[in-house]
Amino acid sequence: MRRIGDAPLIRRLLIGAALVLSALFLLLPLVAIFAQAFSQGMLVFWENVSNTFTLHAIGLTLMIALLTIPVCLVFGVALAWLVTRFSFPGRRILQTLIDIPFAVSPVVAGLIYLLLYGRNGWIGSWLDSYDIQLMFSWPGILMVTIFVTCPFVARELIPLMQAQGSREEEAAVTLGASGWTMFRRVTLPNIRWALLYGVILTNARAVGEFGAVSVVSGAIRGKTNTLPLHLEQLYQDYNAVGAFACAALLALIALLTLAAKAGLEWRAAHQEAFA
Amino acid sequence: MSIRLQNIAKHFGNTQALEPINLDIHQGELVGLLGPSGSGKTTLLRIIAGLENPDLATQSGKILFGDRDVTNVHVRDRRIGFVFQHYALFHHMSVYDNVAFGLTVLSRKRRPSSGEIRARVHRLLEMVKLEHLANRYPAQLSGGQQQRVSLARALAVEPEVLLLDEPFGALDAKVRQELRRWLRHLHDEFNFTSVFVTHDQEEALELSDRVVVMSDGRIEQIDTPDELYREPKNRFVFEFLGDVNHLEGKVTNGVLTCGDAYWHVDLPDGHQELLLRPHEVRLTEQPTSESHLPVTITAISPVGAEVRVELEADWLAQPWLATVRHTDFEHMALRRGQRLYAHPRHWRRFPETESKTAEQSRVA
Repeated sequence: MRRIGDAPLIRRLLIGAALVLSALFLLLPLVAIFAQAFSQGMLVFWENVSNTFTLHAIGLTLMIALLTIPVCLVFGVALAWLVTRFSFPGRRILQTLIDIPFAVSPVVAGLIYLLLYGRNGWIGSWLDSYDIQLMFSWPGILMVTIFVTCPFVARELIPLMQAQGSREEEAAVTLGASGWTMFRRVTLPNIRWALLYGVILTNARAVGEFGAVSVVSGAIRGKTNTLPLHLEQLYQDYNAVGAFACAALLALIALLTLAAKAGLEWRAAHQEAFA
Repeated sequence: MSIRLQNIAKHFGNTQALEPINLDIHQGELVGLLGPSGSGKTTLLRIIAGLENPDLATQSGKILFGDRDVTNVHVRDRRIGFVFQHYALFHHMSVYDNVAFGLTVLSRKRRPSSGEIRARVHRLLEMVKLEHLANRYPAQLSGGQQQRVSLARALAVEPEVLLLDEPFGALDAKVRQELRRWLRHLHDEFNFTSVFVTHDQEEALELSDRVVVMSDGRIEQIDTPDELYREPKNRFVFEFLGDVNHLEGKVTNGVLTCGDAYWHVDLPDGHQELLLRPHEVRLTEQPTSESHLPVTITAISPVGAEVRVELEADWLAQPWLATVRHTDFEHMALRRGQRLYAHPRHWRRFPETESKTAEQSRVA
């Protein structure tokens, strides 16, 4: 007796193809980045990284990510709660609307924000009369980053919370728990891994976002340049080692994110085994 | 704590889940809500608990616990214990923490000391015979054990009303039997008022002081199991409480005929439908002058206190079921394909006054 899909030849062929393709398209570029970044030695790499403008870009990128995460976290949990625990007219439409940031090209998102909040924009001109400028400064970068990353947490939570249902929450309330106690002691522990996973994805996207940010930031060196924008500028200036040094930093963040994600998945699978 | 429902109705969108219902449950009673799925029994239970709101349109709708009007009291303040069909244990908490939950969420003023909580949880776990599993997680327990934890958790806050939603529905027959007996014992010992939902008539009849039979969002009958079985108020109740055999035919001059079958019966002329339970059918090898109802045995199931025999005939729209004592079964040497004659010992007739009953008879 042989199981379906167990033909040895096909299996080996598929595994081989998968390995070759991943090496070619995923592993090789990654190695190339680090090879290029260190091509002129550790010292040059360090010089490029410790350059004032690069340091500022790193700082700005991390700040944006740190500000984006809590906003997306609260937004995502609230939205997932709303969609999975209440039934109201327009619920399905809302669930579709959540995906708009995924569906729209980030550049388009950036342009829309520029149109709305730029100095001549609808809301921007009104803000300008109070001397508030959002575009071409960090608040603008933060706004588009939030726009681009806001679905991640909700998207992770909705299917999970739908599958779990509200029975445990109902049980908590019949036992006298207040709304907040129920959330803290029953809901949150049940969704914590998905929540963390959503945060990791949000972080990865916030750090790496290029398209939307490039439209609204103005890319002023030492002022509104994030790491991906800085990288591009260095590359345009024929500073290959500098550009690849930045690329290596971004790749490092990506690798750390992946490691954290794998760790979480392992942890979640482990937890599931007995809880 | 007695429970009194006055004029409680419920709509979900345009569908009416409950017609306006009145129900009195006495202090210390164990009441079963029995009905097929979609009859509104779970909705009714959830309304008593406060997990569902009754229709606001019916202003007169009221729920009273004793003298306390709880219609607008939030579920967390109603002081009820609720046991869910699939246990709804907190998966990330140990058995101990599950049971302790209701005590640890009390406001600081009312919360017992941590030592007292520990003592009380251990007492409860001892009562449900799960003390040795206090540190396990729900997923490590069997279904029956999980349901016992869920009961202990509900009892920890000392509710005056215990509500159970299909408490044994997901368990296998043997565990179910054991838990039923245990719940009855618990109920008698602690003297709370309990309401449970079930679709299993045997469970309802065995466990309840009184049974509320529901269908289509209506209460069909409220009675003790004994009265319910002996004096069903309508055809639905009779059919829902056990297996039923139908005998349909035309009566002329005191003889009911149906195909080549006939039977002397004291009924007015016209079309008649009679209903009888399997144990009300007697089987013999010869017809009598009173009755001639030839049947053929198509299946025999010798499991249980009595042998169940399935009967078919040309004149029957649906097969009949008869129960035979094991001694008679051996004595008559019954076998599949054997031809016999049926004699109704006792029967019932529900005149088709309601349109619903008439509809059912057409289906049959």
